Amino acid sequence: MSKVLVSAIINEEPTEFLCEPRQSLLEVLRDVLNLSGAKEGCNNGNCGACAVIMNDVLVNSCLVLGVEAQGARITTVEGIAPKTGLHPIQQKFLEHAALQCGVCTPGFIVATKALLDRNPNPTEHEVRLWLAGNLCRCTGYDKIVRAVLDAAATLRGQASTQPEALEHPNGTAPIAEKKPDPAATVTKPRFRVIGKRPIRPDGVDKVTGRALYGADIKLQGLLYGKVLRSPFAHARIKSIDTSAAEALPGVKAVITGKDFKPAEDRVERSGEGTVNYSYLSQNVMAQDKVLYHGHPVAAVAATSVHIAEEALALIKVEYEPLPVVLDVLEAMRDNAPILLPNLRTHELGEAVGDKPTNIASHEQIARGDVEKGFAEADVIVEREFRTATVHQGYIEPQNATALWNADGQITVWTSTQSAWDEQRELSAILHVPLSHIRVIPMEIGGGFGGKLNVYLEPLAALLSLKAGHRPVKLWMQRDEVLKATGPTSASVIRVKVGARKDGVITAAQAWMAYEAGAFPGSPVSSGMGVIFAPYRLENLLIDGYDVVVNKPPAKPYRAPGGTNAAFAGESVIDELAEKLGMDPLEFRRINAVREGDRSAYGPTYGRIAYVETIEAIAAHPHYHSPLPQPSGPHARVGRGVASGFWFNWDGKSSASATVNPDGGVAFLEGSTDIGGTRASLAMQLAETLGIDYEDVHPMVGDTQTVGYNDATGGSRTTYGSGLAAYHLGKQIIEEMRARAAKLWDVPVDEIVVEGNLYRHGDKVISFKELAAKLDETGGPISVSVSIDAKGALPTFGTHVVDVEVDIETGKVSILRYTAAQDVGCAVHPSYVEGQIHGGVAQGVGWALNEEYVYDAEGHLLNASLLDYRMPTALDLPMIETILVEVPNPSHPFGVKGVGEVPIVPPAAAIANAIYRAVGVRMNVLPMNPRNVLRAMGVIERHAS
Amino acid sequence: MQAFSYVLAHSVAEATAILAQEGSRARCLSGGTDLIVQLREGRRRADVVVDVKGIPELNQLSFDSQHGLIIGAAVPCYRIYNDARIAAAYPGLMDAVTLIGGVAIQGRATLGGNVCTASPAGDSIPALIAHRAVAVIASPRGEREVPLEQFFEGPGKTVLQTGELLVCFKLPPPPAGFGAAYLRFTPRNEMDIAVVGCGAALVIRDGVVQDARIALGAVAPTPLLVPEAGAELIGKPLSESTIVAAAEAARAAARPISDLRGSAEQRRHLCAVLTRQALAQAAARAQSLPQPAHA
Ligand code: FES
Ligand code: FES
Repeated sequence: MSKVLVSAIINEEPTEFLCEPRQSLLEVLRDVLNLSGAKEGCNNGNCGACAVIMNDVLVNSCLVLGVEAQGARITTVEGIAPKTGLHPIQQKFLEHAALQCGVCTPGFIVATKALLDRNPNPTEHEVRLWLAGNLCRCTGYDKIVRAVLDAAATLRGQASTQPEALEHPNGTAPIAEKKPDPAATVTKPRFRVIGKRPIRPDGVDKVTGRALYGADIKLQGLLYGKVLRSPFAHARIKSIDTSAAEALPGVKAVITGKDFKPAEDRVERSGEGTVNYSYLSQNVMAQDKVLYHGHPVAAVAATSVHIAEEALALIKVEYEPLPVVLDVLEAMRDNAPILLPNLRTHELGEAVGDKPTNIASHEQIARGDVEKGFAEADVIVEREFRTATVHQGYIEPQNATALWNADGQITVWTSTQSAWDEQRELSAILHVPLSHIRVIPMEIGGGFGGKLNVYLEPLAALLSLKAGHRPVKLWMQRDEVLKATGPTSASVIRVKVGARKDGVITAAQAWMAYEAGAFPGSPVSSGMGVIFAPYRLENLLIDGYDVVVNKPPAKPYRAPGGTNAAFAGESVIDELAEKLGMDPLEFRRINAVREGDRSAYGPTYGRIAYVETIEAIAAHPHYHSPLPQPSGPHARVGRGVASGFWFNWDGKSSASATVNPDGGVAFLEGSTDIGGTRASLAMQLAETLGIDYEDVHPMVGDTQTVGYNDATGGSRTTYGSGLAAYHLGKQIIEEMRARAAKLWDVPVDEIVVEGNLYRHGDKVISFKELAAKLDETGGPISVSVSIDAKGALPTFGTHVVDVEVDIETGKVSILRYTAAQDVGCAVHPSYVEGQIHGGVAQGVGWALNEEYVYDAEGHLLNASLLDYRMPTALDLPMIETILVEVPNPSHPFGVKGVGEVPIVPPAAAIANAIYRAVGVRMNVLPMNPRNVLRAMGVIERHAS
Repeated sequence: MQAFSYVLAHSVAEATAILAQEGSRARCLSGGTDLIVQLREGRRRADVVVDVKGIPELNQLSFDSQHGLIIGAAVPCYRIYNDARIAAAYPGLMDAVTLIGGVAIQGRATLGGNVCTASPAGDSIPALIAHRAVAVIASPRGEREVPLEQFFEGPGKTVLQTGELLVCFKLPPPPAGFGAAYLRFTPRNEMDIAVVGCGAALVIRDGVVQDARIALGAVAPTPLLVPEAGAELIGKPLSESTIVAAAEAARAAARPISDLRGSAEQRRHLCAVLTRQALAQAAARAQSLPQPAHA
């Protein structure tokens, strides 16, 4: 189709461009005009990441044709800042840490600009309503709403509210004063840098739209790829004919399963867990069978994304549909359709029998004698729970760009949580030596565990090879993300717990079956670890099953398997407390694990602080306040509590640094920064060196430029890579001591270091002054460390929530939420709070509305952000946090992982609150309006 | 997305000529919030996209208390709710246009588009029906008018024939004692599709209901005007029991399906709930709205 010449005023510049009528304004901005600040999160109007202002009206640029821009005035995020410095909105987003991954930020900033242009003094509700079309999956909106309100005040010329001193929306004391400090008795070291809230180093690029995410990369000769996906949930591939696609002008390469040599049937570590390379390879491209709706069957590279898409339509695939199994219990039955003919059950670690099965494994945790324990109990509660498949929901879809060069070297640019895991996976799938592969992690728009493994990367590489060594870029549409990238498991969990009248638990038992999706690998074992982790148990029995079904393979999602487990476990704990007539927090306190106790999953706990989180909630005004007034005659309110646990990981980290002659330190680390870890690592390095945060300049390296790093996942980065930063600092200090010794010609061991000062007798030189003398004392200093960190400690959180249930519609609203969590040491409190906000928000979504809806043939019916229904700003209140800081003795600053625990308690806390409101125990997730009405017996009384 | 050509039409005659000539190969583009998604996802095809936003008649927005309201088919939602007089006089419509999508969608989405997409769940439709909207349709052969409740033939299907263009909606002026409301039920508070929608309009004078219109969305293949529900109210004083009777009539009229957004039984239940709530709200507005002077 011929192109049309369009002229428009873009960011005050008269601009002309050529575009096809079918190109969206978003595509034109990003691909033609190089304005990649507007992001593509859904490409159909449901996320707001692409928002721009067109003729003074806020619009989603993905829903505007480029040709419609003729004569229009358009402002993108690149046009918000004044000539010098930042716009107050941008500044406030930075000060309030209102961004984590930052991929939603351009859309929020543009939408905020449009709001404040017409309403300079919005209320919190007006802000939430206006921003409801912009999804953020990281922040829970709390800090965004605060930043917007503060920006509005600043623009009105009123005094700004600093993040630490912000009022809570329900109009009580500042947050800082609200934090009881149960850890006050623990002596806390005093820090210079740690505990402050500096602006993140990558912040300016993220609020101005300049930061380059995976999909933003541009290379010479770039081709665009698209993936053909199976319309069937289970089918044999009889034939694939790609000839017509190959003949289409502009198509440069087509690949199918035939282009993949089988990968070794080998299990390797991946993130916190493991991955089987054979399965991974079969997942990125189907071989003889497709196993879920959306399973890739072919891919195309062409000179434009539209030609690639047209080529897909020309590929003829003949399928033989097979029976489908979608439910974990059905898949476990003897006569169930079999997904993987060679799969045999691993029974407690051993492959047993020779019968094809969908049960990949059965694991067990057993201790004491549960029968005896239940016999001693005065009260026993036994319940069955079901939870739905849910998705990580990051706003940035998966993407990968690869160049397979003529010399056999492969470079991959991608948004990944783990460049090194991907390097290993690519090596195994492509049969190319590891060292020939370089993975460059771009800025990443959220991951939550879903971006640990390859999807598009091997396809991009093979397409590049076949296309004659031209780089190929692929990125997913939102339906592809939902259909074919790691959701987390639906599950069936049966729980039985008994307790004596005095409140002591005598026995606990669980039976847990988790859906793995198409290939083995559900997080059932971590679910088994989480379910009773908060409690001291002498008699314990947990059985766990990993079961394949015709759904996309489960991938880690923030505390994998934990939310389902805690929903079941903590609901039963709540019911037991009720039956015993005890306060639910008191019942938990009586049974809570403490330092030195043996965990349910085996190891003995170190300096954990579960009890402190219970006490923090028990002491918090929220727990004692009267329930909010119901909003009408059909509203009922209730308050619930629940606790949660996560293991936390340490892992391997490398980093390097150079001391510049002006005393600045260039700091290269290898942990992808999803939520502000460049800042938290730089702070730890600055603290170690006794210098200012502003003098450390961090950057994330790639597999070629910095040593090995395990994934950003398992809440390990601030701990493990933080330890690397600390050791790096210690090495720099040693080098600097040597230089001081040389300068003064004294023995090194006589140089005393105090903060940033190096002393000998009454001679003193500062870090900066010494840096200026590096040339004359032996040349540059650059150091690097690689560590295998140990000593991460598990953490616990306890949450309290007030809900309102509309008994006519079944709708549940969150009125107030408070989360207490042991965070060890809040290196950057804003980002710690942000982790808690984000985890709670995801937990609320999981609890209330998110789920995969399949039809009987296994088609995913709600593969859009509209129908997947993640919470918007209007679905959440502010989320109060209580940071309990009980330091981890294995870390110089006391750090514990914080990212995962907060998603664990919300579903259970909300279920317990719903019970208090309407007297019904929910045993199914999501607790959406329909399921609540069913549980209350209002509708579908006779349905299953 | 499939390739297509783009024409910016400047007059009704130009647009209808193209539509008549191209037949089903042509699609009208107004706000694009449905069409662009449908084309991108391959749910609709078009070889020619006719942008109707340049046609003056489709951009008109005029109100006076004598003649009522005329809304061009290509007027985006935000223009409607930014007009305080229109918002006050047509509260049911006001409810609907502020519920469609989020702000960025309301910046583009139009009533013409919402109506021509003909989704059973389209938010503006029950409100427009409650307000007695009439669709004005042009073609090379001339103009015709269709009451909106007669505009739909099935999901995605309307009475528009080849060569016909939806030009505008005419809404009669609200009589004295008028009140209206549109309510929908969605699991999320915004950015969601109605599980059930209900538009209700009442005229109450001297304590007696003179007129009542109740229209439902998402409970049948097309948006549904339920005269039986109105009949329960007309000629009687509004009371708890007449409202309940109307709500039950609405429930009985619903012919919902079960789909990913809700079950049939849930929808029937919600019909009754929303009808009650919408009537209560319409009645409250009938009592409190500033009434037109001429009545
Ligand atoms: S709204 Fe345009 S990309 Fe999501
Ligand atoms: S910061 Fe909003 S999606 Fe990541």
